[in-house]
Amino acid sequence: MAEKTRGKALHLFPWRIFRDAADEVGSLTLFLVDSLRLVFAGLGQFPKIVRQVYFIGVQSVSVIALIGLFTGMVMGMQLYYALSVFGADGFLGTGVALSMVRELAPVLTAIMLTGRAGSAMTAEIGVMRISEQIDALSIMDVNPMRYLVAPKMAACLVSFPILTAFFNLIALWGGWLTGVKLLGANAGVYWSRVQGSLDWDDIEGGFLKSIVFGVLVCTICCFEGYYTHQRSGHAGPEGVSQSTTNAVVKSCVVILAADYILTSLLW
Amino acid sequence: MSTAPSIKLENVTVGYGKTPVVSDLNIEFPGGKLSMLVGGSGCGKSTVLKHILGLYPPMGGNILIGDRDLGRMTGKQARCMRQRTGVLFQDGALLGSLTLKDNVALPLREHTRLKEPEIMRIVQDRLDMVGLGHALDLFPNELSGGMRKRAGLARALVMDPQMLFCDEPTSGLDPVLSAELDQLLLEMMCRFDMTMVVVTHDLASMRSLADFVVILGERRCLFQGTIEELERTEDPYLRRFLDRAAEERDAPRLTMPPIDPAMMKIDCSSVLGGKNTIRKDDRCSK
Repeated sequence: MAEKTRGKALHLFPWRIFRDAADEVGSLTLFLVDSLRLVFAGLGQFPKIVRQVYFIGVQSVSVIALIGLFTGMVMGMQLYYALSVFGADGFLGTGVALSMVRELAPVLTAIMLTGRAGSAMTAEIGVMRISEQIDALSIMDVNPMRYLVAPKMAACLVSFPILTAFFNLIALWGGWLTGVKLLGANAGVYWSRVQGSLDWDDIEGGFLKSIVFGVLVCTICCFEGYYTHQRSGHAGPEGVSQSTTNAVVKSCVVILAADYILTSLLW
Repeated sequence: MSTAPSIKLENVTVGYGKTPVVSDLNIEFPGGKLSMLVGGSGCGKSTVLKHILGLYPPMGGNILIGDRDLGRMTGKQARCMRQRTGVLFQDGALLGSLTLKDNVALPLREHTRLKEPEIMRIVQDRLDMVGLGHALDLFPNELSGGMRKRAGLARALVMDPQMLFCDEPTSGLDPVLSAELDQLLLEMMCRFDMTMVVVTHDLASMRSLADFVVILGERRCLFQGTIEELERTEDPYLRRFLDRAAEERDAPRLTMPPIDPAMMKIDCSSVLGGKNTIRKDDRCSK
């Protein structure tokens, strides 16, 4: 009898995991569609979107500038050492520009924004859920998705590409700082290579990535907060902290996975 | 004659996921009356309330608002019903990012085309009604628990609801504030023609407010009727439930057993290097 039960459990186990994962992906997709649909639902959304752009975008400028600067400086230094071995240090600008615009700027910007703004989104919505504020909105016939999630989604769609562009700018300057000012590469060659090596496709691809990452981060972070009360075994504040951790971890993994897929498709 | 709808539960089972909390409820909350949903902690009162509000679908049975089945309402009917429903949540559930006036004005801004001065006039009126007319620009975190509940009540009343639901309005309040809130609910009941359902485990509130009482326990409905019928009941569980409150009111004050003076000697040697011990008597005399 016991063996039979164990055999049955073993037989069912992988399917249960698969079913739960499919269930979560399905719910997440519906959540994404709903929030995108409601992004521009009426002019009343505009002040809320502006507030969210200030929180997600404007308040992240300093941290993005810092990360961009140091990433650019490291790239400038490493590439200079590597290229100068082959006497190809003139290609420093090409290396820094392509690696930044295509890969590092969208990915690092998205990861930084996940840590700074995404976690805050999850915590805010999670606290609203456990303190019955979301129930109160539903009872007042105010769609919580429109009121809470859609402005955040709109703000992410605006902020992620702009901050990615800002990251690119600062990182290219950081590469110039170490490569040219510190290690002695030619400034004219550096900027000429930056300008010459970047196609519109590279810039467009980088922006496309940042938009996709913005949508993914916002969806995952808001979803985790919105359904924090359905987290089994963790209720109340503990559930919110668990949701916040999950949101950040899942967002980072999904950003990297999506980056691989998009890179494969774009170039 | 009241036009407020009655609320009828027909064979309703409520719960979360696949776990039923209360089963086979057949209850009718009369229209235009103040009904109280009473029971011990964890008996499913708030769960029943959330299902009546449509936040969760029942696991079985039908919930009728007036003569309309909640589960079969069209989107427009459900929206219309929600806009005429007010809810006072346990802690007020005010939106933390909005001031008091914006919290109360939110349903009006979302569902009416009233001009801002008219909205502000209604908001001021409702906040005056609950005694918070002076606190328009305060945020919820600047209010006390009782003020948050009163603000929640003002928001619940701002759309002139036909149904008002209160989830444990007196929990966490001292007896004076509880009595004030009860009085406020009674005043609102007199002022607005509405069906009011109050979830509570406060028997004093029940005795002073209720037109109709429903008692939940043991995963089912144990009683429904008027307060007079409830006081006359011979059901042993209900008698225990009611008398327990009476016993608490009449019970003599608990006294501390005598303490052996030797037990009061506190050894502080580990803290004070073994030099001193302190007697409670010494500290008291100083």
